[in-house]
Amino acid sequence: MLLSQFLVLAAALFAMGVYGLLVRRNIVLILLSVELMLTAVNINLVAFESYLVTAEAIGQIFAIFVITVAAAEVGIGLAIVLMIFRNRKSANVDDLSLMRW
Amino acid sequence: MVTALYNLAIIAAEEGEHAEIHAGDGGFFGETAGIMLVLPFVSFLLILAFGKRLKHKGGEIAVAALAINLVWASVLFYLNATEGVLVDFTYEIANIGSGMVIELGWVLDGLSILMLFLVNFVGLLVFIYALGYMHGDRRVDWFFAAFSLFAGAMLILVAAPNLIQMIIGWEGVGLASYFLIGFYWEDLANVKAGNKAFMVNKLADVGLILGAILVGVSLGTWDFAAIDLAAFEGNAELAAVAGVGGLLLFIGAMGKSAQFPFHIWLPDAMAGPTPVSALMHAATMVTAGIYLMARLFPLYEYMASNVRTTMIVIGTITLFGVGLLAIVADDIKKVLAYSTVSQLGYMMTALAAGGYTAGLFHLFTHAAFKALLFLCAGSVIHSVHSNNMSDMGGLRKYMPTTFWTWIIGSLALAGIFPLAGFWSKDEILATLSHEGYTTVLWIAVAGAFVTAFYMARATFLTFFGSFKGQAEPHESPRIMTVPLVLLAIPSVLFGVLNIPGVSLGNVNNFTVWLGNRVVPMGDHHAEAINWSLAIVGLTAALLGILLGYVLYFRDAETQLERDSFEIPVLFPLLRKKYYIDDLALGIVALFTGPFARFANWTNTYVIDTVPNAIGGSVKALGGFVYGILDQKVVDGVFNGVSAATDGAGSAVRKWQTGRVQQYAAAFVAGALILVVLFVFVI
Repeated sequence: MLLSQFLVLAAALFAMGVYGLLVRRNIVLILLSVELMLTAVNINLVAFESYLVTAEAIGQIFAIFVITVAAAEVGIGLAIVLMIFRNRKSANVDDLSLMRW
Repeated sequence: MVTALYNLAIIAAEEGEHAEIHAGDGGFFGETAGIMLVLPFVSFLLILAFGKRLKHKGGEIAVAALAINLVWASVLFYLNATEGVLVDFTYEIANIGSGMVIELGWVLDGLSILMLFLVNFVGLLVFIYALGYMHGDRRVDWFFAAFSLFAGAMLILVAAPNLIQMIIGWEGVGLASYFLIGFYWEDLANVKAGNKAFMVNKLADVGLILGAILVGVSLGTWDFAAIDLAAFEGNAELAAVAGVGGLLLFIGAMGKSAQFPFHIWLPDAMAGPTPVSALMHAATMVTAGIYLMARLFPLYEYMASNVRTTMIVIGTITLFGVGLLAIVADDIKKVLAYSTVSQLGYMMTALAAGGYTAGLFHLFTHAAFKALLFLCAGSVIHSVHSNNMSDMGGLRKYMPTTFWTWIIGSLALAGIFPLAGFWSKDEILATLSHEGYTTVLWIAVAGAFVTAFYMARATFLTFFGSFKGQAEPHESPRIMTVPLVLLAIPSVLFGVLNIPGVSLGNVNNFTVWLGNRVVPMGDHHAEAINWSLAIVGLTAALLGILLGYVLYFRDAETQLERDSFEIPVLFPLLRKKYYIDDLALGIVALFTGPFARFANWTNTYVIDTVPNAIGGSVKALGGFVYGILDQKVVDGVFNGVSAATDGAGSAVRKWQTGRVQQYAAAFVAGALILVVLFVFVI
């Protein structure tokens, strides 16, 4: 398979993530979109590693780090979302624009 | 430090071809005599610091200081009487160029030891008396502080080895007297009396200072011993200025010693507490002028003989004319004050006539009985709460100790045999007779008559008849009567110290003690009593007392009726004090009136223009700095910066919407731009 096919897949996933990030109003879905973008990056890392063939497998190692960070991020993010929802009875980002001028 | 006083004396002895000098240096007490000059000032500071907390408000410190002083003064007095003391200790303070130095220290010779003893002896008794007199009064601590200053300044003055230190003491005495005369400053009249004393003295001090400059600069030294020796040797530089310098110094002495017409301050000085009057009239202040004349006696004896004519005229006017004023005074202290002025006239006349010993012997005896009389007057005033004899009368019954000591003092002052005043006044008459001043002699005899008359009047009005006042008279406490008795003893006995031709065994007599000077004084010493003159003087005094008895002994309904004797023209003139006070006030008014207005005009329109112009330009400059530089430029910069920051903030803060997705959109847009840049442009 060609490298470009992986890259196209990754680009498509990233674009979908960006779209979701910008247009969704539910915080959970926005977090989901961020995960999608991280997944696209992971695909890129693994694909480049696979085609450039280095002995150290740096791409895979980075992909595992990214997955770890993403897991932690989602853990904290969902906890915050839960607290917000409990306090404000809403998960809509438009209702959460308090940190402004 | 020990200068060549003794050597100067030897030079003078060789010059005069008389026997060599026999004098010691006072030993330990001579070396440490400076303690007498320091202790009163230590006492002054201690009383200011701790006086309020002590039982007698610091009086005990003042008494202790003078008691220690009196030990030194007595030992030196004894040494001078037995073997003679002639030494000085000086310390150079400043060298002012041309070989002239300013020195401070103390001189110990017959004259200064006599005065040191007198100031400390009379001072101690007056201080003890004041413990009782001032008890419970206002500001007692300040009284004793200023009193110590007064005595200390006088000691500085009499121990002065040169004119400079004498002027320091002279002004110190003037300052302390100002404090004490105006002591009850709540009453404006007392403040005015203090001012008057100070101003009159300052006027005369101009003469003293000019004289000191003239003599000092022409001779190259202010040292008294050097001036005396130069006068004795006939130094040409000193001879050139002796007349003018001597006259100027005499003017200074006139002020302090209250000689006519500078006598006007002394009666007003009675405004102070009575112990102040006692000390001022006996030992300190008024004797300073006489002391200066005695200290510089060789200058007048050997050189400035033309000044002596002026001195004798002034002295004679003072002794008779001012003495007359005491006849009409109602205030008992003013009677004594005019009496003091009159006696100072005697001393000045005696010194001017060449009677060095006679004048100073009268000073010595007068100090004892005049202090006594003032303290008696203070005791009476303490008892009847009034200075006026119209509130007294009959006090003989209530105050026996005061009465008897007053009688002793009065008889001594009147010159009744054998009390102290008889001998000293007789010696003055003898000197005048010997030197050929016949007219002055008869005026002095008439003065003795007047003295006896006004003292008889004061005695009869105060102590005889019946009591006319409001208060309940009583004898004063022992702390006041004991000094009276202690002063009455020398008032009786001091006369025997100098009976002409009598030597008191190995201690000689007063003439010899006083003759311990660097040069011989050249005054005449009678070998025997001049009985005819003594009888004339005694007769005049007895006649005065007799006239006083005839006029004032009888009792009347009121004291004013008793005192109603009147001589037309003379008595009204005396009540106006010869208009001299009015004349002096007129001269002062001349200055305070037109001159003051002129000074005010000059001040307002001439002198003030300069500060006004400077002030105006400074104000304009200040207005420019404030209005333009500060308000517009400096503040403009800061206001502009803050306004720009504020505006920028207001514009930019709108971007912070709080909507997370807008931030993300901007982030993505930025990223896309970078992508476009990296992919297509670079």
